[in-house]
Amino acid sequence: MGLTTYVEAIRQGIWEEMARDPRVFVLGEDIGVYGGAFKVTKGMLEEFGEDRVVDTPISESAIVGTAIGAAMMGLRPVAEMQFADFISCAFDQITNFAAKCHYRWGASVPIVVRGPSGGGIHGGPFHSQNPEMYFVHTPGLKVVCPATAYDAKGLIKAAIRDPNPVIFFEHKFLYRRIKEELPGDDFVVPIGKASIRRSGSDISVVTYGAMVFEALEAARELEKEGIDLEVIDMRSLLPFDREAVLESVRKTSKVILLHEDTRTGGFAGELAATIAEEAFEYLDGPIRRITAPDTPVPFSPPLEEFFLPGAADVIRVARELNAY
Amino acid sequence: MKSQPAVGESSSSHLPGAEKLAQMLYYMKLTREIEDRIERKLYRQGKIVGGVYVGRGQEAISVGSAIDLEEEDAICVSHRDMAAFLIRGVTPRQILAQYMGRKTGLTGGKDANMHMGSIEKNLIAFVSMLGDSIPIAAGVGLSFRIRKMKQVVLCFFGDGATSRGDWHEGMNMAAVLHCPVVFVCNNNQYAYSTPLERQMPVENVADRAPAYGMPGEIVDGNDVVAVWEAVGRGIDRARSGGGSSLIECKTFRMTGHSAHDDAGYVPKELFEEWKKKDPILRLEESLEEQQILTRAEIGDMTRRIAAEIDEAVALAEKDPFPAPEECLSGVYSDEQ
Repeated sequence: MGLTTYVEAIRQGIWEEMARDPRVFVLGEDIGVYGGAFKVTKGMLEEFGEDRVVDTPISESAIVGTAIGAAMMGLRPVAEMQFADFISCAFDQITNFAAKCHYRWGASVPIVVRGPSGGGIHGGPFHSQNPEMYFVHTPGLKVVCPATAYDAKGLIKAAIRDPNPVIFFEHKFLYRRIKEELPGDDFVVPIGKASIRRSGSDISVVTYGAMVFEALEAARELEKEGIDLEVIDMRSLLPFDREAVLESVRKTSKVILLHEDTRTGGFAGELAATIAEEAFEYLDGPIRRITAPDTPVPFSPPLEEFFLPGAADVIRVARELNAY
Repeated sequence: MKSQPAVGESSSSHLPGAEKLAQMLYYMKLTREIEDRIERKLYRQGKIVGGVYVGRGQEAISVGSAIDLEEEDAICVSHRDMAAFLIRGVTPRQILAQYMGRKTGLTGGKDANMHMGSIEKNLIAFVSMLGDSIPIAAGVGLSFRIRKMKQVVLCFFGDGATSRGDWHEGMNMAAVLHCPVVFVCNNNQYAYSTPLERQMPVENVADRAPAYGMPGEIVDGNDVVAVWEAVGRGIDRARSGGGSSLIECKTFRMTGHSAHDDAGYVPKELFEEWKKKDPILRLEESLEEQQILTRAEIGDMTRRIAAEIDEAVALAEKDPFPAPEECLSGVYSDEQ
């Protein structure tokens, strides 16, 4: 198959689902003729035609609303937010309409709302956000954050096949930096299952998205000084794999929760509470969080570098925890 | 702003037949009777859970619009469109059970009053964020167009909803994507306590239609036949690939915004004026004049409807509430 980038893996996943299921269609800004701002939908208009590759006006709320309406009538829309930051314009449609339909009146809303999230590309406050927690906080949605090309492809397929509204955050920093050999068959990664990226015995590092690679880099360094990290990639935030996290904590007794999202209200808080409630006796040290600070994402390189967590932070905190 | 002519040659200048007219009267009267029973009796007796929003005086809009839809057409309802539910076959008992928070209501107690829907009947439940349904309708319509189906979708909303951003995004989207939607505005001139002149700078909602590249029509919303004709034109247009239209039905909200609102902010003379234009009285007079129905027959219909509602209330009152643990059910769909 050859090496496939993370962004190409997403494109393949959507393409294969469109070829396999005539109900699937894509809509969003600049996705048709232009092939998408990040080329995720490149070639699709030529292959699938303008009825299934729909270029829309700049109307995130209506893009999602249109997707919801079509989904209720039996189609499987995949709506693109050009940058995940713009999902805020569709907040009402997602959280009040899509998320609550099945609960209230049994109507399924099989939409996927996908877009590039995350920083590290000098994008500034409106092109670098990690908005996942607004949606993790909304019962009725599913929220997915793949970190590898394999998972990006497998999870976009799972998301498209899921009868529920799935918010799919693709980390833009990984788009072209990750390249993997992918199998040629039709593989699907289940939503709600974490993945152990590195097995270890001393400290659990639970993370997702681009931070998975920071954790792995830190692990390689710490190995030299005899600290053995276990790295868990959550992959899905809603539902999330509680058991995988708890099992790891029961094994290592020390845990670092790492995410690029800001601190207060970030996923680490949710994990920390879960671990404290359900694995308290197993802990040999305080639960540690490594996150971005509570600020908007700044633009200038020294500011953004300060903002983003990285391997150096993981190394520092792991040494502290190890000595506890 | 004068009415725009219909696009294409399908302008229907024929009138509905006697049977259809009688049917229209039945549904308007049935709606009136259920809503009166809910708002004037059951609510005052403390038998209704939560709020009550009726469409008294506006019944001609939903009836005229929905009566000739095909079964596979879809309707995005709003809170004053009870007639649309009845026309689609939702029973009075189900509606009353819904209002009383019982398990047998359309939402099983999960949501209140008119916040109900039925995917089998292509009735799309709305959310309280009115205006959200306009892009939804565009999407429903898009699904018909791209599958080359002949279905259309009606989208009901009031004057107030047209101030929401989603209304404008949705109208634009429906027009740009050429969706088969008939947007029907119930302009009853008040959004809660906000009169029309505080809601919009233009005189008519239909004035906005050209801005969204679609034909707009203004119609007497208390004349069920006029509504039927105008919306019928929109349905024909949508069904034949002509895209969306906006039909503005002029009417008046004969109650407060909800049962707890005494509408003290509405000048009394407006209620007096519009009472004389009551859509049900007007149709009854017209049917008597045309000798389609006699006064006795209309009286029979009134009594039959009252008995129908008596029975529905008696049944709904005995229906069980949902079990407390049902709170946790249905958050996710496991459809394949």
